[in-house]
Amino acid sequence: MHTLDSLDAESLRTDVPEFWPGDTLKVHVRVVEGNRQRIQVFQGAVIRRQGGGIRETFTVRKVSFGVGVERTFPTHSPIVSKIEIVTRGDVRRAKLYYLRQLRGKAAKIKEKRDPIAR
Amino acid sequence: MLIRNYRGILGTKLGMTQVWDANNRVVPVTVIKAGPNVVTQVKTPDSDGYSAVQLGYGEIDPRKINKPARGHFATSAATPRRHLVELRTADAVKYSPGQELTTEVFSAGVVVDVTGTSKGKGFAGVMKRHGFKGLGAGHGVERKHRSPGSVGGCATPGRVFKGLRMAGRMGHVRTTTPGLIVHAVDAERGYLLVKGAVPGPDGGLVFVRSAAKRPAPEDFAPIVATTAGEEVSA
Repeated sequence: MHTLDSLDAESLRTDVPEFWPGDTLKVHVRVVEGNRQRIQVFQGAVIRRQGGGIRETFTVRKVSFGVGVERTFPTHSPIVSKIEIVTRGDVRRAKLYYLRQLRGKAAKIKEKRDPIAR
Repeated sequence: MLIRNYRGILGTKLGMTQVWDANNRVVPVTVIKAGPNVVTQVKTPDSDGYSAVQLGYGEIDPRKINKPARGHFATSAATPRRHLVELRTADAVKYSPGQELTTEVFSAGVVVDVTGTSKGKGFAGVMKRHGFKGLGAGHGVERKHRSPGSVGGCATPGRVFKGLRMAGRMGHVRTTTPGLIVHAVDAERGYLLVKGAVPGPDGGLVFVRSAAKRPAPEDFAPIVATTAGEEVSA
C-alpha cells in the first residue's frame, strides 16, 4: 500500500485481460486524425511486460512486410480501446528479445496446449 | 519594490506518479497535499511597513508551543500550527486572521513556483556538486578522473581565490523550482497535482505560490472560507 495508490486507482483500467509474454494480442488503438477518430488494430506477440501499477507497459512485436515492428503501450493508457487475446503462447522467458534475431518459422511461438493451467 | 498579488499555500510532498491528460498523453505529476492553511497574521504597510500574509500549516502537539508562540497564535484565534510561512502579496488586507485556505486557491492551468528543501547529498565532489567535467578518462590520467584540477596559480596570486567552487556538502538547501503548471486540483482530498518534479523528499514541506515570472492572475481574491475559530488551548 503506497500513499498514492488511491489516486492511481482512478487512472487504472479494470478491463485489461490477463496476458503474458508469448501471447498474441489484437490491440485496438484509438488513432486521432485531425478531429476524426478511428480504431486501428495492431496484432502481434507480446515480447515483454514491464513496470507495475499505473506505469506498466507492454510491447507487441509483429513482422509487417518483412520488417519487424514493435510498439510499446502503457497497459492502462486510454488510447488502447480494447485488448483481445488471439492465442496463448508457450514460452520459457519473461522477455522474448530472442525473437528479434529469428525469422520465419523459427520466430513462431508454440501455442499453449492448456491455456487455463497457468 | 513592486509587489503583485500572489497566492500561496503550504503543503506536504506526497510523491510522484503519472496521470493521463485530455489528449491521452502521460503527464508526470508531483502530488502535494496542501492545506488546510490558516492565516495567522496579516501584515499591512501601516503596521509592518510592507504587505504580506502569514500562513500556518501542520499539526503540532500544543505542549510544544512556547509562550511567545502561543500568544502569537492567540491573536489570530487559530490553533497552533507546526510551520509558518510569509506570503508577500499586495492584497494582504483582503485576508483576515483565522481564515482557512485550501487547495482551491489554485486551479488547473495556473503557473506556480514550488519551494522546498532539497534532498541532502552529503559530501559531494565537484563533478556532482558543480557540474565540473573532471579530467580525461585516458591519455595518462591516473586516479584523478573526477578531480577538480588546478585551483589557482603558484606565486601569482599565491593563494586560492575566495569562493572557488570545490567539493563539499551538497543539497539540503532551500530550493525553488519556478514555472510549474498545476495539472489538476483535487479539492476533496486536498491534493495539488503539479506537472514536473519539486524539491525535497516525499513527506517534505513545500510552499506553492503563484509564479514570480508569469503574469499575476487577474481575478485575484482570497478564497473566503470558514474561519478557524477554535479556541487556543491554554
